Amino acid sequence: MSSTSASSLTLAEAASTGSDHAHRQEDAGELMHRIEQFLYLEARLQDTHAYDDWEALWTDDAIYWVPANGHDTDPEREMSIIYDNRSRIRLRVEQLKTGRHHTQTPPSNLARLISNVELVRQEGDEVHVRANMLVFEDNLRGETIWAARNEYTLRMVEGAFRLARKKVALVNNHKPIFTLSFLV
Amino acid sequence: MLHMPKTPDYRSLVEPTRVHSSLYTDERIFQDELERIWYRTWVYVGHVSEVPNPNDYVTKSIGPTPVLLVRDRAGEIRLLLNKCPHRGNQLCAYRRGNRTTFTCPYHSWTFSNTGDLIGFAFADGYEGCDKRQFGLGKVPRIGIYRGFIFGSFAEDGPSLDEYLGGAKASLDQLLDNSPEGELELTAGFLQHRTKANWKFILENETDGYHPAFVHSSIFQVSDSGIGKLYDPRSSALTRDFGNGHTEFDLRPEWRRLDKPLQWFGTNEGRLPDYVRAMTGAYGPERARQIMIDGTPHTMIFPNLFIAEIQLFVIQPIAVDETIQHVTALQFKGAPDFNRRLRQQTMGSVGPAGLLLADDTEMYERNHRGAAIRDPEWLTLTRGLHRERRDENGYLIGHSTDEVPQRGIWRHYLELMTA
Ligand code: FES
Ligand SMILES: [Fe+2]
Repeated sequence: MSSTSASSLTLAEAASTGSDHAHRQEDAGELMHRIEQFLYLEARLQDTHAYDDWEALWTDDAIYWVPANGHDTDPEREMSIIYDNRSRIRLRVEQLKTGRHHTQTPPSNLARLISNVELVRQEGDEVHVRANMLVFEDNLRGETIWAARNEYTLRMVEGAFRLARKKVALVNNHKPIFTLSFLV
Repeated sequence: MLHMPKTPDYRSLVEPTRVHSSLYTDERIFQDELERIWYRTWVYVGHVSEVPNPNDYVTKSIGPTPVLLVRDRAGEIRLLLNKCPHRGNQLCAYRRGNRTTFTCPYHSWTFSNTGDLIGFAFADGYEGCDKRQFGLGKVPRIGIYRGFIFGSFAEDGPSLDEYLGGAKASLDQLLDNSPEGELELTAGFLQHRTKANWKFILENETDGYHPAFVHSSIFQVSDSGIGKLYDPRSSALTRDFGNGHTEFDLRPEWRRLDKPLQWFGTNEGRLPDYVRAMTGAYGPERARQIMIDGTPHTMIFPNLFIAEIQLFVIQPIAVDETIQHVTALQFKGAPDFNRRLRQQTMGSVGPAGLLLADDTEMYERNHRGAAIRDPEWLTLTRGLHRERRDENGYLIGHSTDEVPQRGIWRHYLELMTA
């Protein structure tokens, strides 16, 4: 995030001005608003199976991680439900687009709620964000509810946020779970 | 609804080339299977590398029954039932750990990790009681073959060695791929839940007829060579080892191509440390042959599946619910190889796997179909005309033939009518 852009004034900068409390509140609010809008956009693209648009959200060095067996495992040593680099994210999307990835043919009907959004910290052009997520999935098997505590690293690229890292920590990831083949 | 037999007569439900749908959906049959298969034969429980140190334990299962796989103080492997003999409380609520004793949270009876009762709480109420009568339940027989731990609830019966029979060669083939001849299952398990009967999974593991269709999406977008193994021109074989154990033998194809590590979709240049370690361990000629042949694709009845790069454990929960536990194979002394095994395993299996999600979708559709009335019989005739015996007397067929499924059901009928 460029520090010269008024709309991307960092929290640290806002705090350091010190003189204008109201102004600082407004800038922090504006940043949160932009973060939330981005998370809602991603949620909508996922819920509507807009595969290409969703893939375009990721940076080239992206990591997409859904841990298993707890929330602080080491994905380089232990099994994860998803641990995708950028090229595997593309493969995942391409498989969905063939129309023959049977577990998503027909695709799940989805509605997800994103809430409890918190800005954890800001570093240069990146923000670290936390949010809770609840997904209702309806498919041939039946209805499933998924709940997760998500963590995101969003990077400002040419004036818009991109996903550099996303961690989906399912609250029940230590138990047997059904197939999770939609874009989570 | 399906016509349910009044009392299951297995001889009228399992024929040489067809099986009745109720075998997958009848609750009574599932209960029979627990008694006659899961609580009688040898069942894979876990691997010695999951409890490497004295006093390590990990929670495992035999069918729906939870067991504690323990390495006791003296280093001996034990299988204890995770149930307090006082009032039946779940004894241990943690999945793994290291401890010399287990204390029941309900009334604080304490057991050593050998399963013996050490002490009653408020012992004055138990004056004259013999502690030896109140130990933890045990799986009476434990058999270990090259680190693979099997348990049997039957006090006697065939030895593990007899039971595994020809399938031992598959486990040997697997361990040859480690420069130290050992596995270390250290990556943790993914647990994939499915609303389907366990036998659909058992049968699918060596069904070579489906990959071209079920996995066409991933074959189309990745440059995996797997698809070719299961097309009509493949020289790969299916084999029925007897006792319900089955395999795909992919070696004929790999030997035809004659390229080390082709089976893993890579080459020697990409895994120099591994190749060096293998050559050091086995000598250049034997190492080259092992790396051409690759790992097995073998289903050991009823629940251990080695799928080239992964180890699966099938756990039946109910007539219509099964869990697939899966982890990446990890070979002792091969860190560069292991990293790739983990990466590929994470991509392909588990709830979000690019391969297994589609298999699992099929199991669930199979199961819903099996509950429908007509036709009640499911057919297994593929390749019957070209089924033949290999030099060891095992039945073999083309990689897309239903030799394994017929073998599974032949064994099933023996167990269910014994
Ligand atoms: S149930 Fe375990 S001590 Fe009472
Ligand atoms: Fe498959």
